[in-house]
Amino acid sequence: MSQTIPQQPIEYNMKVVRQFTVMTIIWGIVGMALGVLIAAQLVWPELNFNTPWLTYSRLRPLHTNAVIFAFGTSALFATSYYVVQKTCRTRLFSDKLAAFTFWGWQAVILSAVITLPLGITSTKEYAELEWPIDILIAVTWIAYAIVFFGTLAIRKTSHIYVANWFYGGFIVVIAMLHIVNSMAVPVSFMKSYSMYSGAVDAMIQWWYGHNAVGFLLTAGFLGMMYYFVPKQAERPVYSYRLSVVHFWALISLYIWAGPHHLHYTALPDWTQSLGMVMSVILFVPSWGGMINGIMTLSGAWHKLRTDPILRFLIVSLSFYGMSTFEGPMMAIKSVNALSHYTDWTVGHVHSGALGWVAMITIGSMYYLVPRLFNQKQLHSIKLVNVHFWLHTIGVVFYIVSMWISGVMQGLMWRATNADGTLTYSFVESVQASYPFWAGRFVGGVFIVVGMLIMAYNCYQTIQAGRRETAAGNVVQTA
Amino acid sequence: MGFGEWHGIWTIIILVLFLAIVGWSFFSRRAKKQFDEAANSIFEEDKASSVKESDKPESKKDE
Ligand code: HEM
Ligand SMILES: [Fe+2]
Repeated sequence: MSQTIPQQPIEYNMKVVRQFTVMTIIWGIVGMALGVLIAAQLVWPELNFNTPWLTYSRLRPLHTNAVIFAFGTSALFATSYYVVQKTCRTRLFSDKLAAFTFWGWQAVILSAVITLPLGITSTKEYAELEWPIDILIAVTWIAYAIVFFGTLAIRKTSHIYVANWFYGGFIVVIAMLHIVNSMAVPVSFMKSYSMYSGAVDAMIQWWYGHNAVGFLLTAGFLGMMYYFVPKQAERPVYSYRLSVVHFWALISLYIWAGPHHLHYTALPDWTQSLGMVMSVILFVPSWGGMINGIMTLSGAWHKLRTDPILRFLIVSLSFYGMSTFEGPMMAIKSVNALSHYTDWTVGHVHSGALGWVAMITIGSMYYLVPRLFNQKQLHSIKLVNVHFWLHTIGVVFYIVSMWISGVMQGLMWRATNADGTLTYSFVESVQASYPFWAGRFVGGVFIVVGMLIMAYNCYQTIQAGRRETAAGNVVQTA
Repeated sequence: MGFGEWHGIWTIIILVLFLAIVGWSFFSRRAKKQFDEAANSIFEEDKASSVKESDKPESKKDE
């Protein structure tokens, strides 16, 4: 039998991984810079220059689309294609379809960059793109599913490594969410109306929004975590059994918690209570996953001192733990009565998005770049360390500002005088928020500077790899 | 059968399936062996042969 075992290395398709990796970094800078711009507009409204397509209302959805679908999702494409090939010991199922997913996805993003500033929007949060773009998303996504599951089908290993379960769950559920939530009646090329109305529309929208958080921003990145944390730490995951239980618990619980976005609305009361209870239970598998990731390092904690890439990965998990503690708390109706509509929600979102999602992505990209571009190491580990501190300080600035302003807003809005009238007008609460919005702007600048340093570091690494390749050297990478 | 009953039964089915998975992961010897192998498999990626080797004894045992 041993003669049939291939001796030469497997020919992986790394081209599409490289493309998505580079675009992850570029879209990261674009999306976060847009965030800083709109943060600045809240402090200095003149920054919209009286130009319709530079107004906050149009740029905010562009920011969220850019960070979630351009930065985050490109990172998921890159890492899932890398991980599925490496763990299945086989090339991608189809190079042509994989290339189609790259160009298809970039076309989606470009369409967003054009249509959203023009004010073309379906107005559904995180699903603003109009129907022709929605169709392109669906087609690209189905191609993605074919490439990913096709690769699993032709695998050379007996077991499917757990990271692939998380990626697979993410791909299937996002297809389902996108298609159901985007159902609409087109009235012209760039205008459509949702098929749903009233409380049903709200329910579908937050079934989509909440599970996009659960499956794109959580399950997908947990897939990343289960591969890159053990690899960078050079130790197997703390408990493989826990990872299996964690997977099934997460996917069977997440679906039910969506109503926590619609407390005290026209949604039936029992649905709100169910959403609250399920959210609180969700704490358990979430922390199971976090502990599994962090404990992978047990016995090798000293590595954190010398390895800033590992530090990105592990600190991302502590932010994950923080958001998944905070989330269930905010899902309790009496807490939500204070936090809803305030900056507290925004703070929660960004401890998830900038702490968890961005940091696990950045760590994984730093792991990938030298390996994809024929280098043993990054151009500079020192610069990774600088990036780590800029990012961490930036995120802390951001979320602490939002916590303070959020609680303050909630308390000001509910304050009443002895005769029952409101103590503060809304404008007074806006005025009181200014210093904290300025604090968020400063945090954002730190983060974008860190991303620019990352781009420089990766660019230098890629260039060095090119020179090496041109000289005909193959650098051995693990 | 009404909407409410159907949801109740569905929830119980999901719960039982989940508990079955948990039970399997804790009490199956085969699962434990597979888990250990899987957890370590990512460190043998570029040695294509090592997978096949480690698969052999186990598949023999099953026959
Ligand atoms: C156990 C886990 C979690 C629970 C139970 C939870 C719960 C909540 C709650 C109660 C809200 C506020 C709803 C409102 O008052 O409007 C919220 C908002 C949000 N959360 Fe979480 N959260 C969790 C984890 C996360 C994570 C890890 C992320 C990662 C990025 C995240 C991203 C978001 C986003 C984007 C929103 C804002 C939605 C909007 O636009 O209003 N959450 N979450
Ligand atoms: Fe949610």
